Amino acid sequence: MPLHIVVTAKQTLDPETPLSAFQIVDNAVSTVGNMPPVINGYDEQAVEAALRIKEASGGEARVTVLSCGTDFALDVIKKPLAMGADELVLLQDAAFDNAIDPTLTVAALAAAIRKLGSVDLVISGRQASDWDNAQVPLGVAEALGWPVATIGRKVEILDGSVRVERVLPDGHEVVEAPLPAVVTVSNELGQARYPNMRGIMAARRVQPTVWSAADLGVEAGRPAFELLSLAKPERAARTEMIEGDSEEEAGRKLALRLREERIL
Amino acid sequence: MADALIIGEAAGGAPASAALECIAAARSLGVERVHALLTGPAAAAAAPGAIAGGADAVYTAADAEELDAQLDAAQAAAAQSGARYVLGAKTLAGRDVMPRLAFRLGTALASDCSSVALDGEGRLIATRPVYGGAAEAAVACLGDPAVASLRPKSVDPLPPDASRSGETTPLAFEANVRTRTLERVEEAGEGVRMENARVVVSGGRGLGGPEPFENELRELADMLGGAVGASRAACDAGWVPAGYQVGLTGKTVTPDLYVAVGISGASQHMAGCGNAKTLVAINKDAGANIFKEARFGVAGDWRKVLPAFIEQLHELMG
Repeated sequence: MPLHIVVTAKQTLDPETPLSAFQIVDNAVSTVGNMPPVINGYDEQAVEAALRIKEASGGEARVTVLSCGTDFALDVIKKPLAMGADELVLLQDAAFDNAIDPTLTVAALAAAIRKLGSVDLVISGRQASDWDNAQVPLGVAEALGWPVATIGRKVEILDGSVRVERVLPDGHEVVEAPLPAVVTVSNELGQARYPNMRGIMAARRVQPTVWSAADLGVEAGRPAFELLSLAKPERAARTEMIEGDSEEEAGRKLALRLREERIL
Repeated sequence: MADALIIGEAAGGAPASAALECIAAARSLGVERVHALLTGPAAAAAAPGAIAGGADAVYTAADAEELDAQLDAAQAAAAQSGARYVLGAKTLAGRDVMPRLAFRLGTALASDCSSVALDGEGRLIATRPVYGGAAEAAVACLGDPAVASLRPKSVDPLPPDASRSGETTPLAFEANVRTRTLERVEEAGEGVRMENARVVVSGGRGLGGPEPFENELRELADMLGGAVGASRAACDAGWVPAGYQVGLTGKTVTPDLYVAVGISGASQHMAGCGNAKTLVAINKDAGANIFKEARFGVAGDWRKVLPAFIEQLHELMG
């Protein structure tokens, strides 16, 4: 049996959105001028990690991408296919509108993985650049009862187990878990590949499978949170810009100001 | 009245500072009793420190070293304490243990909170930065227990009170370790540890290569007894090791002085340095976001500004 790898990918607001284009209306975030969404950057690295494993196995692996949400920009969410993933399954339902509460997303992803059957490895990005919860992959692991290894920069399959090089604040550690397992990856994995023209053309022809909450047999239960407020934080705009006749003079004046204020 | 439980680690015979911060946050809720779980070989030795820091009862789990074992210990402590509120810190271990614990307790984690409080109904209200700090959310935790993790250094520990008393109990729990650590490799950085440094000098994409980190930034940091840091862009470019990264997915630092050179000030970076006492920015682009966050700014080429700044400092400091 070839290895079956599931990658989870989330469509999210572009984290490069300038603060000036970032707005909050009625406790919901949007962008001025509706900038196109992107695939969460860490999730692109999860696709990359899966494709590297597939290559290392001589192509003897299948990569299925799962994405959970309310609606999708198809050209955006198909990017993993263009990169080289084999299948795309969209978990799409009005009920999957949950930035704040990961509970239903976890249930939907776990149900989809069970429905796919015979999945050996789930690879996810370490966190999504919207709510930065960093908990859906851990929840999926708990829901499935699978071991988990997070913040990987290198993921390898050995005989029946996965070996992960984890990023630590002052180094790294190598951990190993039996398959099936859940792994999350970090930006230290390296740049995700760009789709080539052939991949883009092939991805265009693929019709993703779509599963609703009913197809998955999940429904919203008791929420974990109630959102009370969402706002841009107050900023004290009191920056003192230091100028001089030359850039060198500005640098010298900066030192003098810091000394004057007894900061140095 | 309800109780709180904090999940913490012991290090070098004392509770980790993040654990003491959680105890202080739990005390500030005005709960009846604060239980503390300490994991790691030094747990028993660290227990008096946790009690002096505000805990009423300490569970120790000396052999809970692997993350799976820390999680099993936390789950057992939650059951035994009967706590209504469970707090942990978003440390390296907490990033894994706290979300998994919340799911096992039938709820989800309020992650990376800058503050916690109770409302009139005794619900835990958690305030947390989202969208990389571009927005701030306040949520009421509806789970029982409510589970939250605190961003390190967002709460001050209580002054230790050696006259406080409390019982210490070795925790009975069964560990089911499946993810095992094979080896741990330290990639030692140079100089002062960034997390404890009074001064941090960081560089970003604007530095254009690794050399200024080794030269100008290192010189300035050494002169001020500080550490060198970097933005994610500089780390991803391979100019400095990943351990230099300050930001949401890197280190959180709270120095007296943070000097940001050639850093645009993306919210992901500000999440790691926004609590510095004084932030100084040097950037070529006068419109860069970093100038909205800085106390002092110089809009100019760091190649010219920084050497003059360093030279003037040398003169001032003798």
